Amino acid sequence: MRSLNTISILWLRQLKRYFRSRARLIGSLGQPILFLFALGFGFGPIYAKAGGGNYLDIIAPGVIAMGILFTAVFSGIEVIWDRQFGFLKETLVAPVSRLSIMIGRTLEGATVAFIQGFIVFGITFFAGFRVTNLAMLPVAFVVMFLIALIFTALGTGIASLLEDFQGFQLIMNFLVMPLFFLSGALFPLTDLPGPLGIIVRLDPLTYGVDALRGALLGLNHWAMLTDMTILVLLTGVLLVIGAALFARIEVKKLKRS
Amino acid sequence: MMQEHAQGEDIITVRDLRKTFGNLTAVDGITFRVKRGEMFAFLGPNGAGKTTTIKMLTTLLHPTSGSMSLDGHDPVREQDAVRRSFGIVFQDPSLDDELTASENMELHGVLYSVPRQLRHERMEQLLNIVDLWDRRNDLVKHFSGGMKRRLEIGRSLLHHPTILFLDEPTVGLDLQTRNHLWEYVGELNEKENVTVFLTTHYMEEADRVADRIAVIDHGKIIAEGSADDLKKTTNAQTLEEAFHSLTGHAIREEEAGALDTMRMARQMWRGRGKGR
Repeated sequence: MRSLNTISILWLRQLKRYFRSRARLIGSLGQPILFLFALGFGFGPIYAKAGGGNYLDIIAPGVIAMGILFTAVFSGIEVIWDRQFGFLKETLVAPVSRLSIMIGRTLEGATVAFIQGFIVFGITFFAGFRVTNLAMLPVAFVVMFLIALIFTALGTGIASLLEDFQGFQLIMNFLVMPLFFLSGALFPLTDLPGPLGIIVRLDPLTYGVDALRGALLGLNHWAMLTDMTILVLLTGVLLVIGAALFARIEVKKLKRS
Repeated sequence: MMQEHAQGEDIITVRDLRKTFGNLTAVDGITFRVKRGEMFAFLGPNGAGKTTTIKMLTTLLHPTSGSMSLDGHDPVREQDAVRRSFGIVFQDPSLDDELTASENMELHGVLYSVPRQLRHERMEQLLNIVDLWDRRNDLVKHFSGGMKRRLEIGRSLLHHPTILFLDEPTVGLDLQTRNHLWEYVGELNEKENVTVFLTTHYMEEADRVADRIAVIDHGKIIAEGSADDLKKTTNAQTLEEAFHSLTGHAIREEEAGALDTMRMARQMWRGRGKGR
């Protein structure tokens, strides 16, 4: 009961923050919109000429996943800042379990990331993207939330290992960007050359994007069940790892150099 | 208030406490006691081990060795009981800026499982003491540095703690605000009968506010007593001189370190970094 209260008050807090901070909301939409319009309309004609069909169908689910990925990893990573300077310290000295703080935080982050994805989804509509099977929309939302959970937990886990921000740029360049570009968010998964085909299969986001394409357009590369199983398993594994790493957090003294 | 509690029991006991980070010894075997109801100050320069000691007492860090007791509980083995017994104001603000003053209080109350009715009574009472009741529905980001500190002090007492930790609570505030802040703390110390454990590197504050002072330098306690005791034993006119003769150096302000660099990185990255 007490942990439930903790989880829900932390979750509520983040939602209030999210809707109050419009600058943050609008700012974080910039990148997905840029990709959607520059690549979507830029490559669209040549993609169609090559016989691939409508490129917007490829990239729209991709940028929805992108919006979720970035927001999710960021809110996870914010643990680094929060535990040293921010509000997290207030929660860490409170008589509540580390696990409920971690769950509260992850749900916060995932909810915000989901909303972000939902807004990008709305924007793709204005770009001309159309869902083929409306009945599958709830499934698409489940997929979006799973992507959000996976990457918030991943961000939280990584942030629990890092001591300061020196590692932040490293994570952006060597984790978040590759996760996005190698996920098939920008290209179809058929007929990929050998090495890329393998790498793409190792990227968790690939299955999210594929499931999203399946739910919104019926254009799966793999079976829906395969995608969903992998996503659910990944969510479970990452939540457990993230919680374990988070539980070990000590508020360390910073190196004064 | 000093005489009244002079005979009181010990509420904090620390014995041979040590904390090392790799090769660095942050706290080097300190022993001290704090009596119930007193205002006890850790006086020392930045990096002397003040904050590290507070973090160990407040369950945020595990000591390398030594023993501690807080209101009868061990911060290492009885974390929940210890967490319930203290309130803390950190060196860096830990309020949520995007929430209002009362929302911050409310959140604290829920985290500490204070029943709803009591939560609201307590919130009104404390916000009145720190003069923020009229601003309770304003977002914290519109508050001045002094107001934020007052809110944090009020919030830290919401769950009726017996000990209040104040880690450099007046850093970055102007003189007038600092004086006010200590008035509030003094009032709460009496009204709530809460023991106050504070750290500072401002001499005149320790001199004026604290019943007893422990001078800490390079992780060691080098002298302990009332401000008058310290002056007497060192034959000094001011605490400043006493400190100098005890440590062989003046309390110094350090230049910008890794910490400040991080603060700036945060400001650039998120656009919502909050200076103090």
